[in-house]
Amino acid sequence: MGRVRRMRQAAIVNAAVFALLVAVALAAHVLGAPYVVTLATKAAIFAMAGVGLNLALGYGGMVSFGHAAFFGIGGYVTGIFASHAAAGTPVLTLPFTVAGSAEMLGIWPMVMVVTALAAMVIGALSLRTTGVYFIMVTLAFAQMVYYFAISWRAYGGEDGLSFYVRNSFPGLNTFAPIQFFAIAAALLALAMGFVALVTRSRFGLALQAARANPQRVMASGIRPFALRLTAFVLSAVIVGLAGSLYADLNRFVSPAMLSWHMSGEIMVFVILGGVGRLAGPVAGAGVFILLEQVLGGVSDYWQALLGLLLLAIVLYAPGGILGLLPGGRRHV
Amino acid sequence: MSDVILDIRGLEKSFGALKATDGVTLDLRRGEIHALIGPNGAGKSTLIKQITGEIRQDRGSITFEGQAIDGLDAAARARLGLARSFQVSSVVPEFTALENTMLAVLGAGGGVFRFLRPALHDPALTDPARFHLDQAGLAGRAAVPAGVLSHGERRRLEIAMALAMRPRAFLLDEPMAGMGAEGARDLTAILSDLRAEAPILLVEHDMDAVFALADRISVLVYGRIIATGSVEEIRANAEVRRSYLGEEA
Repeated sequence: MGRVRRMRQAAIVNAAVFALLVAVALAAHVLGAPYVVTLATKAAIFAMAGVGLNLALGYGGMVSFGHAAFFGIGGYVTGIFASHAAAGTPVLTLPFTVAGSAEMLGIWPMVMVVTALAAMVIGALSLRTTGVYFIMVTLAFAQMVYYFAISWRAYGGEDGLSFYVRNSFPGLNTFAPIQFFAIAAALLALAMGFVALVTRSRFGLALQAARANPQRVMASGIRPFALRLTAFVLSAVIVGLAGSLYADLNRFVSPAMLSWHMSGEIMVFVILGGVGRLAGPVAGAGVFILLEQVLGGVSDYWQALLGLLLLAIVLYAPGGILGLLPGGRRHV
Repeated sequence: MSDVILDIRGLEKSFGALKATDGVTLDLRRGEIHALIGPNGAGKSTLIKQITGEIRQDRGSITFEGQAIDGLDAAARARLGLARSFQVSSVVPEFTALENTMLAVLGAGGGVFRFLRPALHDPALTDPARFHLDQAGLAGRAAVPAGVLSHGERRRLEIAMALAMRPRAFLLDEPMAGMGAEGARDLTAILSDLRAEAPILLVEHDMDAVFALADRISVLVYGRIIATGSVEEIRANAEVRRSYLGEEA
């Protein structure tokens, strides 16, 4: 059935999309355009958020409209640790003392733990519903986190929280745009590799079966709920790490990272690029940033054009941009 | 009574004013095919769903291999070895026949929460899956997506998946539905061999298949069992002839 060939083609497309992103950043660096390197970094970070959401949305069939919560929580954890490190005060004193940190390698594990805990709670409650109710419940949870951040004066409330020094990474100067890009691209590659493995594993087999036919999965002795919750948490952790990088990119976090616009944008990366395709969100985020730059210069209403493009994709190319390329059909 | 694998006693289920299951007592014994027949709307599917745990009975008990299973959900019952097939083919259409069967192997064997090793290169899944596909006569179709299999092949795939569950009992809901005469004959032969693996509770409209296969037949009408007996006894039963078999027999 050409299945093996199709999978090989898909792997080539995935690698090519990632390589293109890296090539753009390298070319911009060589040509002395640090602004473009930063744009590529932003694209890599958004792509990583999309790769994370795709695990829940594309492979698990969970249309979460609340993943900004995890993006923002990742960002806030980063900002909070960095600001405490700068002030020399502990993040927590009760029940135990947690010191601030200005090192990515110290902050990322915290981001992973906090987003995983948040996703367990939000997922366990949201996954009792399905379909449009699931969409609404995840949105509601994200809005709760959003309003909580707005009212949390200690960390800037509505104004957000700035930290003036980008967190450090051993052996690298994170302020050099190309070096920070390298960190973002490496994490993106790790996330893509992780999702690729997970979706081909036993767990991935059962998860994708539960998307297509939960009744059958149940009759096979496997509870879809446990599969979905696990995928939801893994997805949130990836998105949370992307949020951490985004906070470092801007050296600033604000409630905007938690807003439903952000949830929508992450979903747009996935749908634009290709639902359930590994590199789909990478292509989607890249095109999104490109449009924002090119069309945004022409008109403030560039998102109206984005809307038209999205409409065209959904109507005529439901496989997204990558669905138009060889190996485009979704596979297991 | 150790020969009784599945023991259903006094089962009742109502949907509003409708009594879909009205005091059903039924058992399934080692090595037999027990056919459940009855007109449309008699409550056969409702009864099957109560046995699998998809819906809960209002009253009565279900015992499986000496263990009360009333408190278990469908996944837990499946892991005990209650393997079912569905009235309308229920497979994962974008999965290949092999992957569908691997899913059943995975459910029976456990170890779902492994994240890194590719399932398609895991002989603990693929070997049993290929074996059961072969048993169901689908050896040559392993790599074909279930969605493009013929109707008859999908019914066989369901059998392969039921076999992969390491079943202690089969619940087959109209496995012959929509099959041509030739396909039905082939499947009859497969089902006949299956009873050696585990007893079968067979819901079926195809009377040729039922009379060819069944060791015992129970007739369900308006949620009640009106007769249970051998093929000859059921054929001769006046009430059954009147209420169900009618012109057919």
